[in-house]
Amino acid sequence: MSILIDKNTRVVVQGITGRDGGFHASKMKIYGTNIVAGTSPGKGGMVTDFGVPVMNSVHEAVDNEGANTSVIFVPAPFVKDAIMEAADAGISIIVCITEGVPTLDVVYAHRYASSKGSKLIGPNCPGVISPGKSLVGIMPGNIFKEGNTGVISRSGTLTYEVVYNLTKQGMGQSTAIGVGGDPVVGLYYKELLEMFQNDPDTYSIALIGEIGGDAEEQAAAFIKENITKPVAVFIAGSTAPPNKRMGHAGAIISSGSGTAREKKEAFEAAGIPVADEPSQIPSLLR
Amino acid sequence: MNIHEYQAKDFFSRYGIPTAEGIICRNPKSCSEAYCDLHSSKVVVKAQVLTGGRGKAGGIKLANSVSQTVEHASSILGMEIKGHTVDRVMITQAVNIESEYYVSFVIDRSSKSTILIMSREGGVEIEEVAAKTPEKIFKIAIDPFTGIPNFLAARAARMLFDRNEIVKQAIPIIQNLYRLFIDKDASLAEINPLVITKEGKLLAIDAKMNFDDNALYRQNEVEVLFEPTMEEKKEQEAKAKGFSFVHLGGKIGCMVNGAGLAMATMDMIKLYGGEPANFLDIGGSSNPNKVIEAMKLLLSDKEVKVVLINIFGGITRCDDVAKGIKEAFKQINTNIPVVIRLTGTNEKEGRDLLKETSFHNANTMGDAIRKAVELSLNK
Repeated sequence: MSILIDKNTRVVVQGITGRDGGFHASKMKIYGTNIVAGTSPGKGGMVTDFGVPVMNSVHEAVDNEGANTSVIFVPAPFVKDAIMEAADAGISIIVCITEGVPTLDVVYAHRYASSKGSKLIGPNCPGVISPGKSLVGIMPGNIFKEGNTGVISRSGTLTYEVVYNLTKQGMGQSTAIGVGGDPVVGLYYKELLEMFQNDPDTYSIALIGEIGGDAEEQAAAFIKENITKPVAVFIAGSTAPPNKRMGHAGAIISSGSGTAREKKEAFEAAGIPVADEPSQIPSLLR
Repeated sequence: MNIHEYQAKDFFSRYGIPTAEGIICRNPKSCSEAYCDLHSSKVVVKAQVLTGGRGKAGGIKLANSVSQTVEHASSILGMEIKGHTVDRVMITQAVNIESEYYVSFVIDRSSKSTILIMSREGGVEIEEVAAKTPEKIFKIAIDPFTGIPNFLAARAARMLFDRNEIVKQAIPIIQNLYRLFIDKDASLAEINPLVITKEGKLLAIDAKMNFDDNALYRQNEVEVLFEPTMEEKKEQEAKAKGFSFVHLGGKIGCMVNGAGLAMATMDMIKLYGGEPANFLDIGGSSNPNKVIEAMKLLLSDKEVKVVLINIFGGITRCDDVAKGIKEAFKQINTNIPVVIRLTGTNEKEGRDLLKETSFHNANTMGDAIRKAVELSLNK
């Protein structure tokens, strides 16, 4: 098993005729993801050169092809509408890759998606992968391996670094999720930790956090109370100066809160091991 | 992005939020004119800088006469507050304050919504109030689709104020501040303090607004107010080239793909006893031009003694990155040692390409950082 996506996942790619959308849709298809349709308003009826039918709307993809998951590549100004369209069409998992989305747009779209019972992942995230089953996003499939460690991360390449180390040590992954680097994003530590706790095929969990906000502190408290599986943590940004946005819009230390130190202390206080380097994660989970 | 108090007050006035009248001055002479124009015997001279802690730094002073106004303005103009030079002051009417309150809207990560934050402890640092007496802070999460209907504004106002005539004034202030926050894609709209004057009027004495950088493309009126510092200018130039850059001041120049990995690289440099010169995320591209631009940016910092390139080839292939790096160094002349670590997709091909070069090739992130730190300490 895995969480969120598996062999039954039927994906519609929103923005499939764009450069990134097309590129990653073909990569996902090669990985083995069941890409059932793409959307691009006004281009319905086309077929991509890698054989995916293009439709005008997500509703058509749901009605005609049974899409249940969407992945969004449309430009930032159109993301709010794209998320709401997917939710309205009855998509249950919406993965938004696009970066640079205005925060208030995410506030609106997330609220709307929740009201329709849809789960949002991202925006500004690398997506989700259940190795050997399905890849919905832009992660490099070849570094992942089927297995029993769940991975939750706010970052992209840092996730790959951790996964690469896990795979090299023979520890495959049940599902890996990049939740996104923006201040407001969909599914976060708490919900995902709970899903991993309930997934019989996940034996351990790697959590990769970074500076900004207090979600890591909340996760530490949640793990202490609710998670019985082993968890190991890495937090990026110990050396980040205050009031500087470190790439991700959400990775900013403001008024002295959201520091890596506070986060590490919260995990340590909850008895959860914190790695000094990403390469230590596998040994902390054994 | 931040704006000055007087600019935030302009927005407040346009949204029907009462503020004390003020005039902006760039030299002491215009301060004396401002004093006369305000027709108030007591005025406040306030430094306009894009940072907090103005009062503690001596950037806010009360004046009782023209001469005192000019005297204070002369001392405040040119003053340094947390690295910002004061180049303008605002002269405002002094207000007879009966009591002070705190009201703000901010984006809340955990409720994934805008929240209204209020306190009867105004005029002090709200973070301190929150840390010491959290029970004195009221928070209300706002549903974006309903906004703040009258009943909600009234309920909020009654949490802060007891007298009906004040509650009546507070309701539109709360609603209008929210409207301003949404209209302008703010990430913070704060009144601290909101005061009741001796005359029984509610007035915003200070105003602070921050805005969402991701939304500036549709907020031209806000964008034109951006006043970048020298460092921010450099960061902006980098951004225009598709990088994310923050200057830090150490000896090891870093070039990394991805924000999280770039932060982790900085952290490990420090862990191993070195000092990172910068945070530089070059994003997901192996384009030689991007590598060249990034190298130029790193080498323009004369403190940099070693360059560390840490690339995780995900979608980006390591052999493409290696080609980009080789191409870049054909065009760049430098004696500065370069440590490279390439891992991920096609890493073997990538490393083979770099074999016959003078770069220090490392197998793991740890090895690369250890080598870079060692080289930086010998310089």
